[in-house]
Amino acid sequence: MNNKLRRSMLYIPANNPAMIQDAFIYGADTILFDLEDSIAISEKDAARELLIEALNSLNFNNTEIAVRINSLDSKFGLKDLKSIVPIGPDIIRIPKIETKEQIIKIDKLITKLERKANLQPGFIEIMAMIETAKGVLNLEKIVASSERLSALTLGAEDLTTDMGIKRTSLGRELFLTRSKIALVAAAYKINAIDTVFSDFNDLNGLKKETLQSKELGFTGKAVIHPRQVDIVNHVFTPSQEEIEDAKEIVRQASQAEEFGKGVIAVKGKMVDLPILNRAKEIINKYEKREVIK
Amino acid sequence: MHNYGYNLFQKKDILKNQESIIFKNLSEAIERSEIKDGMTISFHHHYRDGDLLLNMVMDLLAEKGLKDLILVVTSLRNHHKLGNHIKNGVINKIYTTGLRGKLGKLIKKGIMDHPVVFYSHGGRAAAIASGRIKVDIAFIAASIADQFGNINGVLGKSICGSLGYAKVDATYAKTVIAVVEKIASRPLEIVSIPQKHVDYIVQIDKIGESNKIATGSLRQQSNTRDLSIARQVAEVIISLENFKDGYSLQTGSGSISLGVNSFIENFMINKKIKGNFLLGGVTADHVNMLKKGLFNKIYDTQTFHPDAIESLKNNVHHQEIDAVTYASPFNKRALVNYLDFVVLSALEIDLNFNVNVLTAANGDFYGAIGGHSDTAAGAKVSIVTAPSYRGRIPSITEQVKTIVTPGHTIDILVTERGVAVNPARKDLLDQLKTNSKINLKKINRIYDEVIELTGKPEEVNHTGKVVGLVEYRDGSLIDVIYGEEL
Repeated sequence: MNNKLRRSMLYIPANNPAMIQDAFIYGADTILFDLEDSIAISEKDAARELLIEALNSLNFNNTEIAVRINSLDSKFGLKDLKSIVPIGPDIIRIPKIETKEQIIKIDKLITKLERKANLQPGFIEIMAMIETAKGVLNLEKIVASSERLSALTLGAEDLTTDMGIKRTSLGRELFLTRSKIALVAAAYKINAIDTVFSDFNDLNGLKKETLQSKELGFTGKAVIHPRQVDIVNHVFTPSQEEIEDAKEIVRQASQAEEFGKGVIAVKGKMVDLPILNRAKEIINKYEKREVIK
Repeated sequence: MHNYGYNLFQKKDILKNQESIIFKNLSEAIERSEIKDGMTISFHHHYRDGDLLLNMVMDLLAEKGLKDLILVVTSLRNHHKLGNHIKNGVINKIYTTGLRGKLGKLIKKGIMDHPVVFYSHGGRAAAIASGRIKVDIAFIAASIADQFGNINGVLGKSICGSLGYAKVDATYAKTVIAVVEKIASRPLEIVSIPQKHVDYIVQIDKIGESNKIATGSLRQQSNTRDLSIARQVAEVIISLENFKDGYSLQTGSGSISLGVNSFIENFMINKKIKGNFLLGGVTADHVNMLKKGLFNKIYDTQTFHPDAIESLKNNVHHQEIDAVTYASPFNKRALVNYLDFVVLSALEIDLNFNVNVLTAANGDFYGAIGGHSDTAAGAKVSIVTAPSYRGRIPSITEQVKTIVTPGHTIDILVTERGVAVNPARKDLLDQLKTNSKINLKKINRIYDEVIELTGKPEEVNHTGKVVGLVEYRDGSLIDVIYGEEL
C-alpha cells in the first residue's frame, strides 16, 4: 500500500500522437493514457499499438504513467493487459470493479505477465474504478484483496446509470459514494481520485467541485483537459503557510524529543502524534524541490 | 525639402506653398516631389497585412519608368507584387526588418543584384537618424490629415493607430508625402506627425484595411502547448527580483506572448503589484491592464487591435512614440533600456542562446527581426519562448541558421519541456530555483530530449550567392544569408 502524490491525473486518448508526446508538459502528477471510453471500437487496436510504441520510445520526464485498459469483461481488456504490462507502466486503471474476486484474478494475471516480462512482481500498481452500486458496497473487500491496489477512483457516469439516476450539478447523488471511497482509501492509506469535471471551459465550476472533493477526503482528481491541471494541483497542494507550519511542528517536536519533553504546543495548539505525522507527510510531499536536471 | 527660416521665403512663395500642399492624385504628388532614378524611398507597415500604399506607389513609379530605386521599408508582408519591379529594374536594393512568403522565395532564388539588408526597428531608426541611410522621399500612410499637413492614424475611417516607425522618416527624410483617406474639416486635435515634417498630402479613396492590423504574427491562443509555455513564462517573471512595483514589460504579439499577458495580469492583481510601463506593439490585453491601473503607461510604437487604437486616441496614458525613442542603440534613453522584462519568440535558438527569427529550417525567409535584438539588449531580463519543436523540426539547434540576436543578450529560454537559463546569468538562476513550479533544465538537456524525439534533421545549406545581410542594431554585420544555387 502506498499513498503517492497524485493530485491530478490527466486523461490522454491513446490514439492521438500529438497529445501523447506533449502529455507531460502540463504539470499533471500522473498521465492517464486511455484505451477505454475515449477510443472508438474501430480504433482500439490502433490506439493500443500506438501507446505501446509511445511508452517504449518517449521520455515523459519521470511523470507517473497510468493506463486505463478496457474492462476485462470486454473483448479488449485481456489483450490490453497482456500488451501493456510488459512495458511496465506505473499503474493500471481497471474499469468496472465490483468484487474482490475480480481484483484477485487481475493481480494473479499481472504477476504472471510481470514474471514473463522480467519485471519485479508487484511492480505495477492498480487503481480500481468503482462504477456500480455493487462495487460501492464491496469497497473495503476490494481494497483489502490486493497489495497492488494503490488508488480508488469513481466512475460517476456509469454509477449513476447503474443506479438509474441522473448526475446533477450539486452532486448529492454521489455524496455517499464519494464519502465511502475517501473513507476506505484513508483507512488503507491509498489514494482516492475523484471523477472528472467535464465542462473544461468552466474553470470556476471545476475549482468548486475540486474543493468539495478535497473536503470529503479525496487526494486527487482526474482531469480531461490540460487547462484543468493547474487548478486541481493548486487545490490539492497545501499553501506555503501550511508548509511553514508543518516545518515548525516538526522542528519543535524533534527539539522536545531531544530534551525528553512529551506533548508540545505550536501556535497555541496541542501537537500529538497524528498531527506530527501529518506535518511530516506535508513536508515530504510538498516541500520545494530545487533540482536542476 | 524643409525650408526653415522665415526670411528665406518671399510672401508670394509662401502663398504658393499653401495652395499646393494637398493633391487629389498620387501621381501629381510624386511628380512634384521630383523623384529620380536611384533615389531612396521609404514605407512602413503600420497597416500590416492591410497595407495598400506600398504596392500602389511602386506600381505608379514603375509606370513612370523609374529605375534603380532603393526601398527602405520597416517590414514587407503581402508585397509579392514587388517581384516584378525587382526583375524589371525598378527596385535595386531593399532594406527591411522582415521578409516572407512569395517575395521571400523569389529573393532566395537570387533575383536581386544586391542582398537585402535586414535591420531591427531600433537599428533602422538609428541608421536614418544618424544619416547612414538617407531617405529621399518617405511615403507615409495615415487615416487623416488636416489642411496644414498634420496627420494621425487614429481618426477617420481606415485607422491603424500608432505611426511610430514613420515618425522617424518624417523627421529625417528630404521629402515627406503623406497619403491619407480623409482631410479633416478643421485642424486636427490629435497630431501624430506634425505639419512641419510633411511636404505634401495626397487624398485617396482607401489607404488601408483596418481589420487586418491584427493579422500576421498575432495568432489565437487556443493552443494548449503555447499556453503551458506562457504559464511558465509568467512563473519565471514573478519569481525574479525585478518583478516589483514600478517594473516594466514588453510582451510582443506572438501567441505565447498573448497568453503571458493574462497570467501576468492575474499575478499582478493577486500580489498587488503595479507596473510602470508597457512597451512596443500594443494589443487589447495591454489596454485592459492599463485600464485596470496595473500599469501607469503604455508606450506604443505599433498598434495591433481596434481597442488599442481607441485607447491611443482617448487615453492620455497611452502614448505614441517614435522608433528612436523606442529602441535606437544611439539613444541612451531609448525606452528598451528601461525595460525590466521582454518576452520574445524564436524560430531557432542554439546552445549558445543565439536566436534566429528570420529564416526557417528550410532556408526560406520566414519572419522579421522587429525589435528583437533591441529589446534583448536593453531589457534587464530577456526571455525567449519557443515550442521545443514545430512539426518535426527542433527549435533548439547546435547553431542557428541565421544569427539575429546574439546569445549574450538572451537570458532565459522557456519551452514546454523546461526553462533554461543562460549560464552567464547565475543570478537569475538562483532566483528561479525558489519556485518549484519552474522546470529548470540546462539547454543541452532540452536539446538532447528534443533530438531524441525528432531525430537530427539534415541541414539545408544554400550555397548560392549572398541574398541577405543581417545587421545588428548598431549597424554592424552579424550574419549573411545565402540563396539557392541556380
